[in-house]
Amino acid sequence: MTTLTLSKALNAGLRKALENDPKVLIMGEDVGKLGGVFRVTDGLWKDFGENRVIDTPLAESGIVGTAIGLALRGYRPVCEIQFDGFVYPATNQIVSQLAKMRYRSRGNVSLPVTIRIPFGGGIGAVEHHSESPEMLFAHTAGLRVVACADAADAFAMIQQSVSCDDPVIFFEPKRRYWDKAEVDTVSGLADALPLDQARVVLPGTDVTLLAYGPLVRTCLEAALAARQDGPNQRGRSIEVIDLRSLSPLDMETITASVRRTGRCVVAHEAPVYAGLGAEIAARVTEQCFFHLEAPVLRVGGFATPYPPSRLEDHYLPDLDRILDAVDRASGY
Amino acid sequence: MTVESGGATTAAQSCSSDPPTQPNLHTGETPQPDQLVQLLTPEGERVDHPDYPLDLTAADIRAMYRDLVLVRRIDTEAISLQRQGELGIWASLLGQEAAQVGSGRALNPVDMVFPTYREHGVAWCRGIDPVKLLELYRGVSHGGWAPEEHNFHLYTIVIGSQTLHATGYAMGIQRDGAVGGDGADGKEAEAVIVYFGDGATSQGDVNEAFVWASVFNAPVVFFCQNNQWAISEPLEKQSRIPLYQRARGFGFPGLRVDGNDVLACYAVTKKAMQAAREGQGPTLIEAFTYRMGAHTTTDDPTRYRLASELEVWKLKDPIERVRAYLVRTGQASAEFLAEVDAEAKAVGTRIREACRTMPDPPPLSIFDNVYAEPTAILSEERERYAAYLETFEEAGR
Repeated sequence: MTTLTLSKALNAGLRKALENDPKVLIMGEDVGKLGGVFRVTDGLWKDFGENRVIDTPLAESGIVGTAIGLALRGYRPVCEIQFDGFVYPATNQIVSQLAKMRYRSRGNVSLPVTIRIPFGGGIGAVEHHSESPEMLFAHTAGLRVVACADAADAFAMIQQSVSCDDPVIFFEPKRRYWDKAEVDTVSGLADALPLDQARVVLPGTDVTLLAYGPLVRTCLEAALAARQDGPNQRGRSIEVIDLRSLSPLDMETITASVRRTGRCVVAHEAPVYAGLGAEIAARVTEQCFFHLEAPVLRVGGFATPYPPSRLEDHYLPDLDRILDAVDRASGY
Repeated sequence: MTVESGGATTAAQSCSSDPPTQPNLHTGETPQPDQLVQLLTPEGERVDHPDYPLDLTAADIRAMYRDLVLVRRIDTEAISLQRQGELGIWASLLGQEAAQVGSGRALNPVDMVFPTYREHGVAWCRGIDPVKLLELYRGVSHGGWAPEEHNFHLYTIVIGSQTLHATGYAMGIQRDGAVGGDGADGKEAEAVIVYFGDGATSQGDVNEAFVWASVFNAPVVFFCQNNQWAISEPLEKQSRIPLYQRARGFGFPGLRVDGNDVLACYAVTKKAMQAAREGQGPTLIEAFTYRMGAHTTTDDPTRYRLASELEVWKLKDPIERVRAYLVRTGQASAEFLAEVDAEAKAVGTRIREACRTMPDPPPLSIFDNVYAEPTAILSEERERYAAYLETFEEAGR
């Protein structure tokens, strides 16, 4: 076991991927000599050379479009989009080209492209640097959309994404890049949780709390706080699940939990309106209707653009807003 | 030149075999008299060009003539099939046969092609059964041929997107060491050609592809069929300078070829592909041609262009000039011409029958090939829909 930050764990995972398969390439803005603006690709350019770690011109559609061409040639490109809010120029290439090629070609063409996107707020950034656009891609058939929440998963999931034969949109919780955790970088991935499965990160009995990416830690903190009895109420036992895969969704893990707890709260930074919580609420209602003690509640960003950073603490779900929703769910 | 309206004048004049010498009002540049590479005049006269000696035999040119005739027949047949309700839509290549056959026949089998949705002539050269093209326009598939079997990628409909795929593919060729070599290591040098139109040159993706190809010196040839019209918008809505001159700003050569001259299109493509294979990087070829039909079968060109313009271009027909040349020089007999016509008729009959008897895909195939393995959510939807369909069968649907 090694203690690594989430950023270093991604770096170690990418290094493994480059070592294990000569067809793996890294490409993006500033990913080479600089090592990426978050240093996720630090040192890879030096060790693997500019043919495999490619500093590209500054154009996101070009990054994804040429990655598609490289994949058609048999390569496995890993693209970095520097910030969430910069992915939109690549939307046509991702949605109309990357996602649909297998379908359009009747399975004749695979595009094993991974697109890494640092996402979410909480770092006091200027606009377009704090967004959560994951649902744009989760709504697009043909893409896998995943989000890692801690260093151990980051290390495993990035490697699983690179070796996956489907295109993967890989969201990285940028405000958790510096969070440390124990990572087993030696044993290999044979026993790792599959990429499309959710994980119960804290068992509980009263409420199921679902999150992904940066809010997994927030939810864990909320659950630990809720265990303690307060002056007005007894402690609550919250089961926290890290969804990990947003598309496809691991409904089996979700419904197994909700059937036990009877209550479900979904938290994400992305706007609540038409967010992943809405999809989960609909499916949980359909599949767990007779087990539910309360409606599925959602906590998330408002139906506004991402606010100036001095207001982001109001926009981002924090421990209190999440527990408020848990209280409301428990009050039925 | 007889076109009076402002819109089409620039385009039509530039294509004349007697180029104008008036300076461009915007750039102040006087067009060079040799800017249009031409090896066969509209009248069927062979002309030499110092940079493009022709290495074709009489048999080669006869084969190209056959391609041109057959491809036009396939196109005509497809338009009829659409009119009769057998196809949902068709994008005609009428008038662009020479640009497509000339460039298509200049490729090596290992070269990779990235087409738009109108490259039926190139598809023909790459051995794609025209019935596969009809599948797409009938709504039976989104393409469905295996690109690697023909080194011909799927048709791309979103304008210009494929130029980036081509450039990335060319970067892969570089990484495979299949460019610039002398073949001593047993690796045959490869290059990529990507097709797009005049309208596409305004797309960000095309300009990004130019940047990428340039800075990475990628072995890709950008083949722009300037057919003068992007649906209803004439060329001057896309560019204030001749399109081939765009290349200079990106740092690689560009040239304009008579897109209705199959020999010239062949020669310039052959040379540009060879340069790419040898590691000399990209070339932009502007094939100056004309979309003689509608944009697609849903379009009505009478709303935006003069019929007289079409009459001018009919005199530059890409097929007539080859026939005139072959006949006048005694390289094609009446029997040969009759055989080609008969073959065209047979191809037309075959694809018509294939189209009319083409079955719809089975309903549950809608769920196939979304992912490498179906996801649980997809499998559940499939099962539910199958069960739903079963209820109709029980009711004797």
